Amino acid sequence: MRNPHRTQKIAFFLLLLATLLIVVPVGLIVVIIIQKGLPGISWQFLSDIPRQGMRAGGIFPAIVGTVYLVTGAIVFALPIGLLAAIYLSEYSKDNFLTRLIKLAIVNLAGVPSVVYGLFGLALFVVFFKLGASILAGSLTLGIMILPIIITSSREALESVPYTFREVSLSLGASKWQTIRHIVLPNAIPGVLTGTILGLGRAAGETAPILFTVAAFYLPFLPKSVFDQAMALPYHLYVISTQVPNVDEKIRYGTAFVLLALVLFMNLVAIIIRYQFRKKKKW
Amino acid sequence: MVNAAFDIKGLNIWFGQIHALKEVDMDIRPNEILSIIGPSNSGKTTFLRMLNRLNDLHINFRMKGRVMFGRSDINKMDIETLRRKIGMVFALPLPLPLSIFENVAYGVRMHGEKNKNRIAAKVEDALKRGYLWEEVKDRLGESAFKLSGGQQQRLCIARTLAVEPEVILFDEPCSGLDPISTAKVEDAMLKLKEKYTIVLVTNNVKQAARVGDRTAFFLSGELIELDKTDKMFTVPRDKRTDDYISGKFG
Amino acid sequence: MVVRKVKEFIIEKLILICGIASIFFVLLIFLFLAKEGLAVFKIVSPSSFLGGKSWYPISEPPQLGILPLILGSAIVTLGAAVISVPIGVGCAIYIAEIAPLKIKEVLKAGIELLAAIPSVVLGFIGMVTLVPMVKNVFHLPTGLTALSGSIMLAFMAMPTIVSIAEDALYSVPKTYKEGAFALGATHWQTIWRVMLPAASSGILAAVMLGIGRVIGETMAVMMITGNSAVIPQSILVPVRTLTATIAAEMGEAVVGSEHYFALFAIGIVLFVISFAINVTADLFLHKRQ
Repeated sequence: MRNPHRTQKIAFFLLLLATLLIVVPVGLIVVIIIQKGLPGISWQFLSDIPRQGMRAGGIFPAIVGTVYLVTGAIVFALPIGLLAAIYLSEYSKDNFLTRLIKLAIVNLAGVPSVVYGLFGLALFVVFFKLGASILAGSLTLGIMILPIIITSSREALESVPYTFREVSLSLGASKWQTIRHIVLPNAIPGVLTGTILGLGRAAGETAPILFTVAAFYLPFLPKSVFDQAMALPYHLYVISTQVPNVDEKIRYGTAFVLLALVLFMNLVAIIIRYQFRKKKKW
Repeated sequence: MVNAAFDIKGLNIWFGQIHALKEVDMDIRPNEILSIIGPSNSGKTTFLRMLNRLNDLHINFRMKGRVMFGRSDINKMDIETLRRKIGMVFALPLPLPLSIFENVAYGVRMHGEKNKNRIAAKVEDALKRGYLWEEVKDRLGESAFKLSGGQQQRLCIARTLAVEPEVILFDEPCSGLDPISTAKVEDAMLKLKEKYTIVLVTNNVKQAARVGDRTAFFLSGELIELDKTDKMFTVPRDKRTDDYISGKFG
Repeated sequence: MVVRKVKEFIIEKLILICGIASIFFVLLIFLFLAKEGLAVFKIVSPSSFLGGKSWYPISEPPQLGILPLILGSAIVTLGAAVISVPIGVGCAIYIAEIAPLKIKEVLKAGIELLAAIPSVVLGFIGMVTLVPMVKNVFHLPTGLTALSGSIMLAFMAMPTIVSIAEDALYSVPKTYKEGAFALGATHWQTIWRVMLPAASSGILAAVMLGIGRVIGETMAVMMITGNSAVIPQSILVPVRTLTATIAAEMGEAVVGSEHYFALFAIGIVLFVISFAINVTADLFLHKRQ
């Protein structure tokens, strides 16, 4: 008969191994990018335009482009996402429509990013004739991050105790007043967390902007939302696969800036969540 | 003199398949304290929440019968007006996550009052009538969660008074309180009776005996008996009432 | 009072509209993929599109068979699943059942960190570390192979698999576990015979969503699989996936050309696959509740 305790030891060892196989490479990736990327970072790298066919100079236009895109995406997705979350948490009944909405959200979250790119191309660039532009790219990214914002906002709204709503209604406040003055203020940290996570996602995505906005090389800043723009993730793709002989320092430096930007946003989201839990009054 | 009273005929309430209230006929008179007693699941809280239509929030809620509030059918009234006229104090102290001041000002603001001085005056007046003013007048800006349980419950009473209701519903208001705080809340109720109609749902038979003018006894969704409190507690007409108030079940 | 009511009426209608916006967007995506993509079937039949062995979209006349691309996606996905399912579920068990509380938090943060890293960054790292490694270990002419893609994608599927599987394990009622312990089972026996079967539908959903993530992944896979649109004979050769084909070729395709339509038709295929996976996974997740 096998010894169950020895079996357990072996099994637990294998489980630990599996865990380490995931977590250790994650750590290594971050360490490598910091180690090789940080030396390439300078004020000049951050503030200069790319030069000599992107083999020298900086990445300023790509940073600016990404900031524009992310801002545009959030301006579009936050109001719609928040109101959709309010609908699901406060108004929806347990019926077919609600199930359909939830299913649609699950599907939006699962659509491959490159398909968003195709959709943005067909709808915004071609059909609405916006051309490859910041507007088209922002809208595409906005729809892509909508499920993230809806899901996290809804969780935040639903975590506000039901009794607060009852109290407010019992005092003669209308449903919307209750949402506006009681539910929303207490859900804001959660909504903010989701929004920032959505921002991080939008900042890092490449495929949706490939055909909707991203410029291969554009040594000046966009002047309006109808202009093309460079973007950090696409720039990293370009200099690592499309342009030969780019200095390692520039490639790692770009990867570092992108990673730092995304991780910074995630960190902010985590801090807000943590502060909120600590201060929670009920 | 406020003339608020309910007249209830043929009231039935269902939650999905559950028949929570069955053929209830009764009235509630102006300026009385009506105590409602009964074991848990007897329908007494459902009855209370029917009066300000809080049951409507329940997805499977269904109601039959006619409930008149004064001269209006409650189901035909503007729901916010109805709820403003019928205040409610919940079982547990439920301050809103706002300051002490804002808790009381909330209802006033929601009804459209914007004048700061008038709001402040109403808050002060309500806190005085809820017997809380002296204890909190120097810390109105603090979070309401910093108050003790008894203070919080009096804050909830003051909050209800601030919107100037005609009726106040109490849903087991002392279930979470110690005897001293309970006595304070009961005192407050007896004084409020002069101006308001009070409906008190309570698990505590003795509390009903102490404060109620009349008492209604609910069992399994039926109104078994409704009578003057002293009469019900001395010569109940129904055997089940006798059993309940003498503590044989419940 | 009346003004307020009108205002609230408008706001509530707006909320309803935004509530159903998600449905609208899903339909809109499908509609526009179909609008641009279905045109390709005027040139090729659906069966020769899906089953055709040659993908030469810019030859004259174009050959639009996506079988090599489907097989490319399939081999990379299969490889990724073989790697990621045991490791991912194992990690989920470790986090949910074995790790002490503090380590658990660190591990979860690590997994969240992985989820946050942009796919183009992972692709870049894969190019400079994984690809040379595969090349040297197997003595290949190039490390840009299906295997490299599988390893990278397995890694990228981990956050999805681990977090959903961990949720599933976590939501198994405590009484099951206590019951097994009371019968004298070891911790591992409890996990293997009680916890895993009880959480099976959630774990299945986790695996499906992880695979969905793999099939849809674009940038990393494009950067490290070598992009060769031929039917793969082994896992150690370059392949091209459905997603990578769209991303790599759409930039050059002329709007309204056969090539353009064909790339949209690939988009339809991807959309349908992701739709099927997500709906099924959702069913499994709800079965659990």
